[in-house]
Amino acid sequence: MPRTARGGEQTTLQARRRRSAIMTSLVWCASAICLLPLVLITAHLLVGGARVLGPRFFTALPTPPGVSGGGIANGIAGTLLLLLVAAAIGLPIGLGAGLFLAERTRTRLAETVRFLADVLSGLPSIVIGIFVWELIVRPSGQFSALAGGVALGVLMIPLITRATEAMVQLVPNALREAALALGYSRARTSLTIVLRTALPGIVTASLLAVARVAGETAPLLFTAFGTPYWSLRLDAPIAALPLQIFNYATSPYDDWRAQAWGGALVLIVLVFALSWLARRVTESRRERLNATVAGGAAE
Amino acid sequence: MTAPLQDASLADAHVRLDAWSVWFASTHALDAVSLVVPRGGVTALIGPSGCGKSTVLRSINRLDDGQAGLRVTGRILLDNVDIHDASIDPASLRRRIGMVFQRSNPFRRSILENVVYGPRLHGLATGDALAAVAERALRRAALWEEVKDRLGEPATSLSGGQQQRLCIARALANEPDVLLLDEPTSALDPGATQRIEELLYDLRTDVTIVIVTHNLQQAARVSDHTAFLLDGRLVEVDATRRLFTSPRDPRTEAYITGRFG
Ligand SMILES: Nc1ncnc2c1ncn2[C@@H]1O[C@H](COP(=O)(O)OP(=O)(O)O)[C@@H](O)[C@H]1O
Ligand SMILES: [Mg+2]
Repeated sequence: MPRTARGGEQTTLQARRRRSAIMTSLVWCASAICLLPLVLITAHLLVGGARVLGPRFFTALPTPPGVSGGGIANGIAGTLLLLLVAAAIGLPIGLGAGLFLAERTRTRLAETVRFLADVLSGLPSIVIGIFVWELIVRPSGQFSALAGGVALGVLMIPLITRATEAMVQLVPNALREAALALGYSRARTSLTIVLRTALPGIVTASLLAVARVAGETAPLLFTAFGTPYWSLRLDAPIAALPLQIFNYATSPYDDWRAQAWGGALVLIVLVFALSWLARRVTESRRERLNATVAGGAAE
Repeated sequence: MTAPLQDASLADAHVRLDAWSVWFASTHALDAVSLVVPRGGVTALIGPSGCGKSTVLRSINRLDDGQAGLRVTGRILLDNVDIHDASIDPASLRRRIGMVFQRSNPFRRSILENVVYGPRLHGLATGDALAAVAERALRRAALWEEVKDRLGEPATSLSGGQQQRLCIARALANEPDVLLLDEPTSALDPGATQRIEELLYDLRTDVTIVIVTHNLQQAARVSDHTAFLLDGRLVEVDATRRLFTSPRDPRTEAYITGRFG
């Protein structure tokens, strides 16, 4: 029982202050711990990979163990090509499906597609690798860049689908109605007004999806397969950064392991650049939206 | 209850609702509304929030078509043709019937692009002729002088009142016969509101205007005819002056003297 109302209040206030201070420091700690792995990983990669990093590392092909001066040029080019193929598959399918989901929100087919997209995004990526192996590698009788690209593309589909759906749903209904009232059909309204308005958000999500699959290793193991040689053919095995890192890191040779660190650093920089680009797109969009709001309120 | 019939002298009906009823799933939004919108001039729809004013407007250009749960009975005639007739294509219907919404909703593109969206879609003009169409529409919407030197700027750089006039210009660029406006000034300050009211006064000679408004003074100022709706039913429709000075229905009187809504 409180003796005096005043004393009770003071205790509560002090207790609250103390609790607030504790919570604040806890949250700070959590944020620091959250950053720690990224800092540690980057530092470790720099230390481990510094030895191999140099112009040659980016321009030379891999060398056999013991032969110095090897690089990952084919891995960089291979990853870029695989991402290109993946985007060519994942983007149109994901865009179409996302648009469909957003505009046909509550139909039974939409519910089914949404569910399947969620299932697909939850599948372990190695399962997708096996699926593509059955679908392309086995019938064609060879590992190939195409198979690797398809595997990464399938991984991208649900990411882009759900992001597109979310972005399209953000488009104000007033814009749809404006177009409909001018005589635009529903389909044409979706494809012009709605998609155009949602585009910056979709671009951001797509870049993040590309960044997300860029480091995938498992689905490439028995599709793209990897090669120590230079190749940009779609119908032949192709090198990829994650595969090279995997091979080098698990090898018993010191110089290969150093190259694995270096390769990992390049991969991280690539993912970082994609994420940064995605953020830039989002920011410029937010600025424009703010300008819109300010313009409307100025009257 | 029978809705009071309009004067037979108004028989030059441009738009006519014939026992028009609308349900949204279980909501009975409009109950057998019969209303004649005479050709030319301004018809105002008044009534408390939720009484179905917007639904009347949106029915006239079939904007709610295809919505899940929508059910309608009755007829709507435009120039004596049923707008739900199989021969009527919604796109060309909406070209003939422009619509302006409560909140200005310009597309996030340039001022000029906004105005030519409709004419381009309907092939009303191409190339240089499009620019001429845009100028004419902007002049009719009393916006040309303010924007003629900045047609390439984003529409969202305009003030709220200018954006709303841009939306009117965008609708006019389709050369519609009927212009529907759903509380077009409710988000605007008095100055911007007055500009739009003046503009409607100038437009009334060659476009039939139907305006929904919350503001009874506005209805009294801009309209020739006023229809009063309550709970999805048409209570009374008359020449504006008569409806505001000597309403026949006690509910109309209660509404215009501010006793409810
Ligand atoms: N798209 C819709 N879906 C479901 N109910 C609606 C829809 N549009 C309007 N209604 C309902 O119909 C009635 C009339 O609405 P509305 O025409 O917007 O009224 P007002 O414009 O007079 O305020 C309201 O009860 C509203 O909730
Ligand atoms: Mg309304």
